Amino acid sequence: MVSTGLPTALTQHQRRPIKGISPKTWIIALSVVAVAVVAAFMLIDLRGNIGYILPRRAIKVGSMILVAYAVGVSTVLFQTVTSNRILTPSIMGFDALYMLIQTGLTFAIGGQALLTMGAPARFVTEVALMVGFSFLLYRWLFTGGGKSLHLMLLVGIVFGTMFRGISSLLQRLIDPSEFIILQDLFFASFNNVDGLLLLVSALAVAAVSTLAWRMRHQLDVLSLGRETAINLGVDHKRSVISVLIICSVLVAVSTALVGPITFFGLLIASLAYQLCSHFRHAYVLPIAVLLGIIALVGGQLVLEQVFAFDTALSIVIEFVGGIVFIALLLKGKVK
Amino acid sequence: MTRSTPAVSGRVALARPRGSGGQLAVAGAAVIALAIASMFVGVSDVSLPALLAGDRTAWDIFWISRVPRTISVILAGMAMSVAGLIMQLMARNKFVEPSTVGTVESASLGILVVTVAVPGASLLAKMSTATVFAAAGTALFLLVLRRIPLRNTLLVPLVGIMLGGVIAAITTFFAYRYDLLQTLNSWMIGDFSGVLRGRYELLWIVAVLTLVGYLCADRFTMAGMGQEFSTNLGLNYNRVMTLGLIIVSLISAVVVVNIGSIPFLGLIVPNLVSIIFGDNVRRAVPWVAVFGAGFVLVCDIIGRTIRFPYEIPVGVIVSAIGSAMFLYLLLRKRERRG
Repeated sequence: MVSTGLPTALTQHQRRPIKGISPKTWIIALSVVAVAVVAAFMLIDLRGNIGYILPRRAIKVGSMILVAYAVGVSTVLFQTVTSNRILTPSIMGFDALYMLIQTGLTFAIGGQALLTMGAPARFVTEVALMVGFSFLLYRWLFTGGGKSLHLMLLVGIVFGTMFRGISSLLQRLIDPSEFIILQDLFFASFNNVDGLLLLVSALAVAAVSTLAWRMRHQLDVLSLGRETAINLGVDHKRSVISVLIICSVLVAVSTALVGPITFFGLLIASLAYQLCSHFRHAYVLPIAVLLGIIALVGGQLVLEQVFAFDTALSIVIEFVGGIVFIALLLKGKVK
Repeated sequence: MTRSTPAVSGRVALARPRGSGGQLAVAGAAVIALAIASMFVGVSDVSLPALLAGDRTAWDIFWISRVPRTISVILAGMAMSVAGLIMQLMARNKFVEPSTVGTVESASLGILVVTVAVPGASLLAKMSTATVFAAAGTALFLLVLRRIPLRNTLLVPLVGIMLGGVIAAITTFFAYRYDLLQTLNSWMIGDFSGVLRGRYELLWIVAVLTLVGYLCADRFTMAGMGQEFSTNLGLNYNRVMTLGLIIVSLISAVVVVNIGSIPFLGLIVPNLVSIIFGDNVRRAVPWVAVFGAGFVLVCDIIGRTIRFPYEIPVGVIVSAIGSAMFLYLLLRKRERRG
């Protein structure tokens, strides 16, 4: 599918747009919903020491928004450069790679040393390693001779499994007390996000976002497929590499904040493409991000208020995302 | 399993240039050697001189712990690999196996359900529930597979992994609510350290199932060609598919209940065998069994020695080594093509 020069994205949308509602209207409507959901999350059931509760909720909402943003943008961009609607960074093993790097660092220099580095330094080191590795690995995978999407997908899944396997092997070799530190590092849920880490992440996201925004027109051309894009004068290899770097940073951010969420990106990117009748990134990206915010903050709100659960959101997303995706597969909407 | 009547081997020799009975015997001997080595690895001291001298404790440890463990390693390795092969024939896809189509996930959901509903359930009750769930999960996968408009090779493993993810999410959700996450983890990671005499014998069931799988291997190939094609060849399609389903589910359930999941085994071993010996399924089954047993034996020995005196579960070793091996196979193919 990758090798066809046909504008897959384009035909997909000419065939199945939701008619009558323009992307701009969608963006406005979704923004209103997103703001309402965030406000509800901040204000519902606000009792007791407000000066203590509000900042805590703000950090929680902030981390959810950041994760929604990182996952939404990285998935859409990744799907654009790989010209398909199935691959996402997490299916290709990006977040497993990030966890492996964290584990490897702990194994090499020790959990205590890692902690004394402080959140910003640690984060920068990890992201640098992540970008380096994913750059080597995925550039080779996506720009090399192998054009079969099938093979790429399989290699991605196997890479993910291998990274997870090596991580858990290293985790078993690590001293148990160090392992507890490590576990805290990557199974942080929305409930205990570190304020400083959130700030560092936000800065990193802002930096790559500027890059992505400047590339938006180039990305529109890229979604027409490799050959067409090259014919239209895009430096394909260079843009693919830039997008991979952007994705690495975004995946590192979301994984560092809340751990791996496999199907979330797939879910919001598919939905965004269903809603948006244009394939332009200036429309698709905001819609995907807004959908992500509504899903995460709204989902957490429903779970906390209606079901009185705390950290099971990623499980629910995994469940719904998986089912939606199978349904899409069966309807033949995603090929 | 080696068929060694001179007439048969003489006739078939022309048709099988590679993977002859002789080679199989050598491979079998290598596995036996590994098995013997595996019996002398461990924390408590069981050495050959001690055994020969008739040391009572050494013999006790040998019979109660070491021998059962080695046997269960061989049985689980053989059975999971053959189950992977059968799965691949039924789904007509080289990239599926019980832990990538939701069979193993369904089996653990079954164990969870029985643990929550009937806390004191016997091993047999757990196993039967797990089998029913595993069969239901696998059947669901095969049903979904039929409904995919384009039977794209890429979609098949993908749908399986998605389905497995959905089932695992349900399991995690309820395990989380009932505070059983830790127990769940111990099921999911294959581990032979709990194997003792009196606690592994149910694994012999999988030996019988593997044999049945061997005898029916050709039928699974035919059934994989589709309902119409196999009916034309005079095969009762539904019966064969049901048989395959039962074999795969029962093997997965028994292994998950007793050992835990051993990921990737059913994927790598059959693929390795098909690369080396080609695609004649009937001939491949014994090789898959031997390779599977040998591979898990090696991984188990590594797990027991790499952090001596502590032990690393075999599931962890297999997923680390197995995925790397599989990746190598995939990319080696790609180099050749490109």
